[in-house]
Amino acid sequence: MKIVVCVKHVPDVQGDRGFTDDGTVDRGQGDGTLNELDENAVEAAVQLVEQHGGEVTVLTMGPADAEDAVRRGLQMGAAHAVHVQDDALEGSDAFATASVLAAAVRRIAEDGAVDLVVTGMASLDGLMSVLPSLLAARLDLPQATLAAEVTVDGGVVRVRRELDHATEVLEAPLPALVSVTDQANQPRYPNFKAIMAARKTPVTTWSLADLGLDASEVGAAGARTRVLEATPRPPREDRVLITDEGDAGVRIAQYLVENRLV
Amino acid sequence: MTAPVLVLVDHHDGVPRASGLELLTAARDLGPVEAVCIGEAGAQAAAEVGRFGAGALHVLTPGTTAPVALAAALARLVETTGAATVLMSSTFENKELAAHLALVTDAGLVVDAAGLETADGGRVVTVQQAFAATWTLRSEVLRPRAVVALKPNAVPATPVDTPFEPTVTTHDVDVSAMRERVVERTPRPTSGRPDLTEAQVVVVGGRGTEGDFSAVEELADVLGAAVGATRVATDEGWIGHEAQIGQTGVTVSPRLYVGAGVSGAVHHRGGMQASGTIVAVNADPEAPIFEIADLGVVGDLFTILPQAAAELRRLRPEG
Ligand SMILES: Cc1cc2nc3c(=O)[nH]c(=O)nc-3n(C[C@H](O)[C@H](O)[C@H](O)COP(=O)(O)OP(=O)(O)OC[C@H]3O[C@@H](n4cnc5c(N)ncnc54)[C@H](O)[C@@H]3O)c2cc1C
Repeated sequence: MKIVVCVKHVPDVQGDRGFTDDGTVDRGQGDGTLNELDENAVEAAVQLVEQHGGEVTVLTMGPADAEDAVRRGLQMGAAHAVHVQDDALEGSDAFATASVLAAAVRRIAEDGAVDLVVTGMASLDGLMSVLPSLLAARLDLPQATLAAEVTVDGGVVRVRRELDHATEVLEAPLPALVSVTDQANQPRYPNFKAIMAARKTPVTTWSLADLGLDASEVGAAGARTRVLEATPRPPREDRVLITDEGDAGVRIAQYLVENRLV
Repeated sequence: MTAPVLVLVDHHDGVPRASGLELLTAARDLGPVEAVCIGEAGAQAAAEVGRFGAGALHVLTPGTTAPVALAAALARLVETTGAATVLMSSTFENKELAAHLALVTDAGLVVDAAGLETADGGRVVTVQQAFAATWTLRSEVLRPRAVVALKPNAVPATPVDTPFEPTVTTHDVDVSAMRERVVERTPRPTSGRPDLTEAQVVVVGGRGTEGDFSAVEELADVLGAAVGATRVATDEGWIGHEAQIGQTGVTVSPRLYVGAGVSGAVHHRGGMQASGTIVAVNADPEAPIFEIADLGVVGDLFTILPQAAAELRRLRPEG
């Protein structure tokens, strides 16, 4: 099986995250990391090739430091890494990102058909969890998203998905696109040997021109929405912290009544 | 004439969900409203969407969750009605549908929106929260068409003064080209409590409950609230995964959030920080949830929650 996993480099969720004046995610605050939810995607892919044979390629699009994200994927067991990097990509929306990733997956498929494309369920810096659907559409693949469990058998991928009002078991013929949730597995922690081995694996870098894409289709110019303003939420005012002296339950009840919350 | 607004109204056996009524209310500011239901929805749905200002109800059958097939059917409706905006509630399934629909109709796309406005020239402006709701964004849709998925509780649902009598039309969804196959679909049993994503009040238990959710449930029932949980509690199997609030669970923005034995980890905050009022009970005065709690109480949830429930029953004996 040949699997491509799309991963993203995001600001660390534990860090101080914010926006720049022009409304794009501030990438200047350091402390970037592989989107935690993409670790579940890499883990799912690596487990599938451990069972069925084949190899995993990790693919990312982003500025220079996004290479850290694919490096992490290599440490976790991916065999190849591809990084699409181009100044023209800055400010790309989900549609442009899907087009670029789709072009890269097609290019990867030139060296042998891709059976499965795997993504995380959302990016933790993200305003959008729509990328898996857009990518499936661009690649014309059936989609089996939000998998809490993934298995492949006889050319068919089967997932269990926990939706808002139901649980579903869905099957799709390969090639297909799968997005996995954090319920799907426990991502492995790479050991020293794996970390050293990953260092030696080259990361393939492609530009837009390498993928035959035009700069006018991507970046801020092609975006379908524009951030007008980004403001940090003001801290909550008049916060009260009390310590229970035997009557805290009564005080909560009074607070709720006084503030017309019941 | 202003272009109509199509509103996808989620329903349960033909009864519109509260989120759908909120969307109809929000849509009235944008143009004439036409409701869309997926799967069998009859007179009851028509009357209810009419009460909230829809002049038409389009029923798409058969009921399916296949986003590509649904997007094609909705795109045809966008074409025939001339709608400029499509609204839906921001559930996992709808967000996938929204993506495919935006792609085939060349529309701008916003999901998880917390508010909706129109700017000059009829452009749609949305309000979103980012980074665990520590930032607020206003963004503008740059295409003539917009697909917006709005979070529940973004706008209060209010009926129109004189109910409309919507025309009901049925449209076919072509599922023949669908490559995915639903092998099994099990609707989640309803708890008798309000739906977590739509509830006005949510009481949440974390690891501090040590698996005993009775105090959380008792307070929830006095408040008419939904019960939520942290990932620790759902991973431990103390409560179903659908109760998980946070970055990888559901996002809630109720008027009142009460957290008990919840530390307030960033992943959890991502799903609740936009709540109106936050009350937290935690044994540890250093717990990060106190940084965002309007009322923080340091103490033991097992004594404080039952006491609060008893006092509320005393103050409001009718409830
Ligand atoms: C990729 C990823 C995604 C995640 N997604 C989510 C998510 O969507 N939602 C989510 O919730 N978590 C998520 N998590 C997990 C998250 O990081 C935290 O581990 C989790 O939220 C902590 O749950 P908790 O508050 O119940 O437990 P803890 O952090 O262990 O806190 C328990 C709290 O209970 C208090 N306590 C103990 N006993 C009592 C008592 N008797 N009375 C009062 N207080 C008491 C303690 O002081 C403590 O503060 C995610 C993690 C990762 C890595």
